[in-house]
Amino acid sequence: MINKVIQDAREAVKDIPSGAFLMMGGFGLSGIPENCISALLERDINGLTIVSNNAGVDDFGIGLLLKKKMVKKMISSYVGENAEFERQLLSGELEVDLIPQGTLAERVRAGGAGIPAFFTPAGVGTEVAEGKEIREFDGKLYLMESWLRADFSLVKAWKGDSAGNLIFKGTARNFNPIMAAAGKVCIAEVEELVPAGELDPNQIHTPGIYVQRIFEGKDYEKRVEQRTISKS
Amino acid sequence: MLTKEQIAQRIAQEVQNGQYINLGIGIPTLVANYIPEELEVVLQSENGLLGIGPFPTEENIDPDLINAGKQTITMVKGSVLFNSAESFAMIRGGHVHLTILGAMEVSENGDIANWKIPGKMVKGMGGAMDLVASADNIIVAMQHCSRSGESKLLKSCSLPITGIRCVKKIVTDMAVLEIDPSGGFFLKERAPGVSVEEIQSKTEGKLIITGEIPEMKF
Repeated sequence: MINKVIQDAREAVKDIPSGAFLMMGGFGLSGIPENCISALLERDINGLTIVSNNAGVDDFGIGLLLKKKMVKKMISSYVGENAEFERQLLSGELEVDLIPQGTLAERVRAGGAGIPAFFTPAGVGTEVAEGKEIREFDGKLYLMESWLRADFSLVKAWKGDSAGNLIFKGTARNFNPIMAAAGKVCIAEVEELVPAGELDPNQIHTPGIYVQRIFEGKDYEKRVEQRTISKS
Repeated sequence: MLTKEQIAQRIAQEVQNGQYINLGIGIPTLVANYIPEELEVVLQSENGLLGIGPFPTEENIDPDLINAGKQTITMVKGSVLFNSAESFAMIRGGHVHLTILGAMEVSENGDIANWKIPGKMVKGMGGAMDLVASADNIIVAMQHCSRSGESKLLKSCSLPITGIRCVKKIVTDMAVLEIDPSGGFFLKERAPGVSVEEIQSKTEGKLIITGEIPEMKF
């Protein structure tokens, strides 16, 4: 079995250059590659384009990269929790493509699956459709969207093995599996790394073929955005 | 005038046995609290879960388990987790029967605007555009008027559109209305104590009134 294991986050991101096109898994702060983001903050690079459903919060996740002015462009679906993001966007310092969440997911999936374009109903009749090919199928209008592929995709899983196979936990799965496949180099950080053969092949969510580097992360904060509890 | 909880309570009456349902952020999330226990329904969260349960107790909080509003949640028995592409495949594929979401504006032909105020607010559309383009049954939960008192039920939306001709029903703090296929807000019910004249005066788009309009029942 091919061994994908590397030392740590610092080694994982050491060759990401300025201007790189990145994908980062996560929904809100759930399932984000915390260790890789910390390691990127130590690098002297900028001009990054990042595909991520959200843009973190002001003092955590991608918000930290924004604050250090390392990001040129975000490609996201919802950015409502980040005041610094909104400030940079309205002042023109940051470019942003806001994309319907399902379209974002499918563009990433298509990138990993070798499908250059597809048709979706999402956004027909809205400003999202501007400049896009519209076609009718069975009496309904659809617009064409193209794939997304990245230089590096940074994903976070619960468990992984030395062959790069990944298992996710809860709703921390979200964009991680599809982004793994859409990156030329996929860097996976996991909470628990085991030797190949220890994960049940029946239970693996992301096959290791998509993963080029894997390491065991540490000190996961897993910050909760909306701490909602039942009284009873 | 209804409270947010009462709007949610009224919408819960629209839920039918056997439905898979996506609830948006805000008032729609509250609908879950009022779905009768005898109905078997499954709540979908577009970040990758079918089978949303109640909020956790303090000791059961799991940061790896949140809904689309980033709130900590639990799972019911029979739940299933999946990735974001799978989640929207089931949405676009028409497998989710009912979508309930909030809005800033709805037009009399069923257009909805809820994602952007140019120059002011840039939050993004999240999954709303996919949901409204795909679901057959879309119910909007919102206040009848904006904070400044302007009608949110309009002839045509002034804000950037989220989806066209997609809203079927609207429940506000004043009324239950259906979008007429030929255009117009068909007034079906009044909130207790609210007159047809008041609803008319707060509805900028075409209001269709036929016969006696009953009060909502709870």
